[in-house]
Amino acid sequence: MRDIKEIIGYLRAYDGPELKFMEVCGTHTAAIFKSGIRSLISPKIHLISGPGCPVCVTPTAYIDRLLEYGRRENHVICSFGDMLKVPGSGCSLSEAKGEGVNVRMIYSPPDVADMAEKERDKTFVMAAVGFETTAPAYALMLKEAKGRGIDNIRLVTALKRVIPALSWICENEEGIDGFICPGHVSTIIGSDIYAPLAERYKKPFVVAGFEAEHLLAAIYDLVRCAEKGEARADNLYTSGVRSEGNLKALALIDEYFETGDAVWRGLGRIPESGYYLREEFAGFDGGSRGLDSDSELPEACRCADVIVGRISPDMCPMFGNACRPETPYGPCMVSAEGACGIWFRNSKGTGKQI
Amino acid sequence: MTEKITMAHGSGGRSGADLMEKVFAKHFSNEVLDRMEDAAVLDISGRAAVSTDSFVVTPHFFKGGDIGKLAVCGTANDLAMMGAVPKYITCGFILEEGLAIEELERIAASMAKAAEDAGVRIVAGDTKVVEGKGGLYINTTGIGIIPEGRNAGAAGCKEGDAIILSGTLGDHHACILSARMGMENDIKSDCAFLGHAVEKIYAAGAEVHAMRDVTRGGLGTILNELAEASGVDMELEESSLPVRPEVRGLCGILGLEPLYMGNEGKMIAVVPEKDAEKALTALKETPEGRDAAIIGRVTGKGEGEVIMNTPLGGSRIVDMLYGEGLPRIC
Repeated sequence: MRDIKEIIGYLRAYDGPELKFMEVCGTHTAAIFKSGIRSLISPKIHLISGPGCPVCVTPTAYIDRLLEYGRRENHVICSFGDMLKVPGSGCSLSEAKGEGVNVRMIYSPPDVADMAEKERDKTFVMAAVGFETTAPAYALMLKEAKGRGIDNIRLVTALKRVIPALSWICENEEGIDGFICPGHVSTIIGSDIYAPLAERYKKPFVVAGFEAEHLLAAIYDLVRCAEKGEARADNLYTSGVRSEGNLKALALIDEYFETGDAVWRGLGRIPESGYYLREEFAGFDGGSRGLDSDSELPEACRCADVIVGRISPDMCPMFGNACRPETPYGPCMVSAEGACGIWFRNSKGTGKQI
Repeated sequence: MTEKITMAHGSGGRSGADLMEKVFAKHFSNEVLDRMEDAAVLDISGRAAVSTDSFVVTPHFFKGGDIGKLAVCGTANDLAMMGAVPKYITCGFILEEGLAIEELERIAASMAKAAEDAGVRIVAGDTKVVEGKGGLYINTTGIGIIPEGRNAGAAGCKEGDAIILSGTLGDHHACILSARMGMENDIKSDCAFLGHAVEKIYAAGAEVHAMRDVTRGGLGTILNELAEASGVDMELEESSLPVRPEVRGLCGILGLEPLYMGNEGKMIAVVPEKDAEKALTALKETPEGRDAAIIGRVTGKGEGEVIMNTPLGGSRIVDMLYGEGLPRIC
């Protein structure tokens, strides 16, 4: 590997064919903007954001489902902060809270088990969103709940799997020359799992960490692969990601969840792209399987194009006008790791990037 | 059994008088307050600065401070940021029934000490009791006198000015979050009065164009406010922003950005470049400013754009904080 100055020099000077790489994960998008990487590399290298922010791919119908529970007597909705402002078809969790729905922001799933144990007269409905990274935490929470005899927890799951989504993108989207694979998800699923994708779709897949140096090295690796016409899966985040993944976490996921089709906001149903609680844990399930379609997006909303990188956020007619962080229409504008919100905050709302 | 606040304490009758005597009169006694009139009568001459703020933080006690100290320092700091010397402060308490009187007394004692340290006198107060579960809210209003020749305000930033930050970012926010989440660490709130540091800067002979304490919204938000109010653009060096390693670590775990975290004892001073070293040296001689650093400069007239230069040579636009960010911390 070359040193970072050489890598920056190479990427800045790149003058070959236009290249388009997708960073799948929202944390990567945030890190790329934060470190100013887009201002460091050739304008011929395009970085597009993918569907790797769990909040952004959560269908509107999911929020509505949570609110159905929230309006029942003695029900408490527990959610990570990012989900609170995502609009449902009527209102968001945050707005519902203002109307008296009991919504509590949590920092980690075990908090829910503690609350449920203390307040046995209430049912705690956990908004269980996330990817492979978060699924083991929900499994652990349920294990804890079972062990302590806590039965007043229900999960409404919107748990997604990254690999089926990547396959969907490779099948349906043209012109992507390679992928920066998600760092956190890969700590669970490993890096070997990308090799069949690289082979089938003839594109490079690189697992990257979150430091600016990691991301620049990954982009360099992708550019070199593109230049040499190589399609391979590389792991440049060896400090966090093992080739086989985290077998303990994978076993835990497998113990509690099974795979099934899932609906992604704007993309529709993707086969085998979701996790659902197994039959034996049905007592904890808040009816997650019922979410098999999404309501229509607002007419001008281009979320569907943004989350697969067809357009950059500023090309959506609602960006910065009707859709702003204070008044979001789509979750991509809400989440700290959503492409639109990141784009907005890094341009002071103008869409213009440095 | 611990004595608790009841609705009777807010009734204006005997219990209320008891509370006044045992807690407030005991700790806040001074010649203005002791007259027990309906209003304090003050001799004021010159330009006065007035500021008010309410404090609702939980937990009431945290490493490095408590809600009482915060209520005094917070308001006194707002006065100091206008170049004023804080003189008087009033405090209004809203107590929820169930609050331990011993807890209220500790908070009152802390306020008295903070007021003494800041050189302000508590000249008026009020207490109300509401139903609830032992909560406590404090409003303070402060009055300060602006000495002749000082003219600091948000709109004063000029091309070429240096931007000085008085110390590390995020300590208060990280401390409160740690306490709420039950995380064991050594992060202390930076809650402190900044007026002494401000006086040092003026005493060193530095001209001051703008000052602001880096509270809610964090540095990112405050600099955008100053840049917009002054009609200038700013440039920051990310590598020069001081953040304690333990705060950085917590931010890493929780996905927080120190640039948008609240502090309760940090300020920005925008000074002409010729006075930058003078002001920095003066700040560094104070306990509140020992980690002070020049973090950037005003690049010129503009629409209020704040640019961050990243350690690898990239750059990005720094915007204000949107939304509520995180739970209330002050």
